[in-house]
Amino acid sequence: MNDSRKLYIQTGMVLVGVILLVRLFIIQIVDTSYKSAADSNIIQKVIEYPYRGEVYDRNGKLLVYNSPVYDILGVPKEIENLDTAKFCRLFNISKADLIERLNAARKYSPIKASKIVNLLSPEEFAKTQDYLIDFPGFYVSARTVRGYTTKSAANALGYTGEISKRQLDADRTGYYSQGDHIGISGLELSYERELRGKRGVKYKLVNVRGVDKGSFKDGLYDTLSIPGENITTTLDIELQQYAEKLLAGKVGSIVAIEPATGEILVFVSGPSYDPAVLSGRDFGTNFTKLSQDSLVPLFNRPLMAMYRPGSVFKIMQAMIGLQEGVITPNTVIACNQSVIGCHYHGPSENLLGAITMSCNPYFHQVLKRVVNQDVSRDTYEDTRIGLEKWRGRVANFGFGSTLGIDLPNEKGGMVPNVAYYDRAYNNQPWKYSNIYSIAIGEGENLVVPLQMANFTATVANRGYYYTPHLVKAISDTGKPRPEYEVQHHTGINPEYFDIAVEAMHNVVEHGTGQYRAKLDDIIVCGKTGTVQNANSPDHSAFIAFAPMDNPRIAVSVYVENAGQGARAAAAISGLIIEKYLKGEKAKLRMEPYVLKGDFLDADEKAKFNL
Amino acid sequence: MRTRRLSLTSNQFDWLAVSLYFLLVLLGWLNIYAAVYDDELGASIFDFSINSGRQLIWISTSVLIILVISIIDFRFYDSFAFIVLGVIVVMLVSVLIFGSEVKGSKSWFGIGAFGIQPSEFAKFATALALAKFLSQPTIKFEKISTQLMSLGIIAVPAALILLQGDTGTAMVFACFIIVLYREGLSPVFFMIGFAFVLLFILTLLVNKLVLIIGLLTLGLLAAALSGRNIKKIGVVIVSTVFMFGFVQSVDFIMNKVLKPHQQKRVMQLIDPNADPLGAGWQVTQSKIAIGSGGLFGKGYLQGTQTKFDFVPDQSTDNIFCTVGEEHGWFGGLILIAAFLALLLRITQLAERQKSKFARVYGYGVASILFFHFAFNIAMTIGLFPVIGIPLPFFSYGGSSLWAFTILLFIFLKLDAHRMQIFTRS
Repeated sequence: MNDSRKLYIQTGMVLVGVILLVRLFIIQIVDTSYKSAADSNIIQKVIEYPYRGEVYDRNGKLLVYNSPVYDILGVPKEIENLDTAKFCRLFNISKADLIERLNAARKYSPIKASKIVNLLSPEEFAKTQDYLIDFPGFYVSARTVRGYTTKSAANALGYTGEISKRQLDADRTGYYSQGDHIGISGLELSYERELRGKRGVKYKLVNVRGVDKGSFKDGLYDTLSIPGENITTTLDIELQQYAEKLLAGKVGSIVAIEPATGEILVFVSGPSYDPAVLSGRDFGTNFTKLSQDSLVPLFNRPLMAMYRPGSVFKIMQAMIGLQEGVITPNTVIACNQSVIGCHYHGPSENLLGAITMSCNPYFHQVLKRVVNQDVSRDTYEDTRIGLEKWRGRVANFGFGSTLGIDLPNEKGGMVPNVAYYDRAYNNQPWKYSNIYSIAIGEGENLVVPLQMANFTATVANRGYYYTPHLVKAISDTGKPRPEYEVQHHTGINPEYFDIAVEAMHNVVEHGTGQYRAKLDDIIVCGKTGTVQNANSPDHSAFIAFAPMDNPRIAVSVYVENAGQGARAAAAISGLIIEKYLKGEKAKLRMEPYVLKGDFLDADEKAKFNL
Repeated sequence: MRTRRLSLTSNQFDWLAVSLYFLLVLLGWLNIYAAVYDDELGASIFDFSINSGRQLIWISTSVLIILVISIIDFRFYDSFAFIVLGVIVVMLVSVLIFGSEVKGSKSWFGIGAFGIQPSEFAKFATALALAKFLSQPTIKFEKISTQLMSLGIIAVPAALILLQGDTGTAMVFACFIIVLYREGLSPVFFMIGFAFVLLFILTLLVNKLVLIIGLLTLGLLAAALSGRNIKKIGVVIVSTVFMFGFVQSVDFIMNKVLKPHQQKRVMQLIDPNADPLGAGWQVTQSKIAIGSGGLFGKGYLQGTQTKFDFVPDQSTDNIFCTVGEEHGWFGGLILIAAFLALLLRITQLAERQKSKFARVYGYGVASILFFHFAFNIAMTIGLFPVIGIPLPFFSYGGSSLWAFTILLFIFLKLDAHRMQIFTRS
């Protein structure tokens, strides 16, 4: 049996060989169409690049567009009698550079075009156009780079650039090829798919020498490139520019949100840069310059700078305490400073007074009551259960993890959980007295400015928020991404927020320095969140929204090393709110104070030798 | 004196197989040079910056590998067969975790500028392990458990390679069915497999209703022919129902199991004119290159199509395009004849083995080489979807040349010692 099987196998192999030879005979000798296809014509694929989508502000003002640039391509095999001196003079490149590029081009392919001169502006191109005929083997290729109508909002808009080798390898869709331009940061990256459009393909006939013989089958198989979607951002570019003016020369951030929608009106990271410097010919040098700047302008502070939330957290603790039923608006707690210090105010306060006065011992007690609800008879176990419950409620406010804004590199901050303290205490038991500093927004809590702005919007909305986002409409749907139309509830009864709103109103109305955020005929609600530093002046932080009823704007402002929150940050908050709500009629009384930028008092300056 | 001469001759590699091997490697090297040749650059065939120069490194190292194999005791492969497969399986798993991705397949270990592809070595390891398993004295091939176990030995590395995204190499493992057939697997399996492939293609080509009516007619006919034999009628009914189910599930396989680029490649084969410039681009171009070669070709280094980068992967998977274009049908004939001669020689050698281990392994070698040879050429001339597997000894690439060299020469080593009986302690 097995001997016949050997024969079958061998016969099968020979048979397959014969089939291959017959097939080869057919395509090589019988069918002559392949021969003529190869002799006379070769079909070449030519990629047509689509226009990248444009970017508009919320009022329809154009922010980002495409501006034409020209590359000079060279086909090494066709270059003859090159007058290098003349060429270098014309295109303003060094001879060494030219030789290096020509060698690289030759190495890549002698018969394919390589870039020799990059990104000539239309003006430069106009000057050189007529002389190009003297340089056989060189061709022009037009494409576009990003152009900007404004010097603002660089950290939100982001930039584009040539795709890196790493990105190319990581691309699983197979869409990109070498030399493609791709969104690298900001909205350009987040909305890359929408903005990039769809490439078109043209099939051209060329003969063996590569000479163009027209389109293949009159363009039957050609596909047109489809331009990218335009996107409308939520930014108010005028307000954005004003906010950047206020923050000029300072380090910090300003985020303003429309509470009813979660749309981000202002997104400032200071210091910033002109987005145009990262577009076009000088990308490389400018990028290096920016990334080596000690004030890190490429660092997106609203999303990445983490601060302790400070007193702002007391508002949230109050809401959680009320919802848990461990306090009522009438709960009075003595300002007992044996465990935790306080600043001067009355001997004891009810909830409204405690938020307004920012009483530390009060909220130490509130969180103790939230955490230790005697669910377990073991204090340690009880604290663990209570802490997780508290953390869940905090998470409902959008703290402790990323919110999901439509920008890359968002940080989630930090809200400690049981596992964290187990690690911190090396698995030794711990209880409330070990962790109480989180009650007043100190200790291990960390937030980013965007989360603070979102919290402000949540209070303004009396208990819910929409995930903050920067794009309100993508042109094909006319809508934002679906996840930005979902309401997120904190799980706290709306009426409890009335106390928070009332307290924030009192803060601005009666506070010691918070008057700087006060406006004549608009009721502003606010709260300071000064971040204390050991070796440098405090960071000034303030959150505010207005008007008190039907709020239209919620802001969070951080100015680093500018002292108390009631100074720089409160003043900027008031100005942003007034400018947005009043427009041209705004009085902007605090503007000189902010622009002068001298916020520290003599004691502070002396302390840090400033 | 006489005994000494005998032992000398009996310990030599089969000269015919070795000559064919070197012939193919040499022709491959010359064609790799032609594939990357550019008269403007004038790079020499020895230039290490081009693929032909690098291939020379792989060829020299392959000669070293051959020397090492000739030194290693022939009993080693029998004793360590399972361990070799074990090591390879560990490498296949770790490449999934630590490997780097090239063209969508996660199958490379990068070592400096060079890469190593464990999946290439999985083929000979599987052949060794299968031979070892089937040659155990207690094993009876007729038992279902033996057949299932054999299937397992083949399927584990194949599945891991499939996970890497390298469908082509995973498909190579199907070739072991030839080995199993030689050892006594019922030919019914071939027919069933063939029937399903046929049905799959028909479903894509023909209207489903027509096909089902056709199947029903066939079923009825078969039932009528089987007379009153209840068992036969049962088989006919069950298989007809099964085929209905298969026809219905083809859409699912096409749309859910196959990835988009694979779908396109299958459709391209069934209807080459549907999308000549999209999915069919590569096949169209390689057919133009081969088809323009005519009877005797354009001459060495005179090809135009392959020079203009119209055919992708010219020096690796599509090396046959260069042969077809520059040496024509005649060149193809020589190449195919050389491969067939090698394959027939290996099966002849396998049959003369005294040990079952060496015979099974020999058939494994022949099957793997056959699969690569047949499907590589078939895909360049549009007889099979593009699956991206190299032409043995011919295509550019270190891992593949090394692996095929090891594969072949382990067998030639076993053959050289065929007169000696395995002694196991």
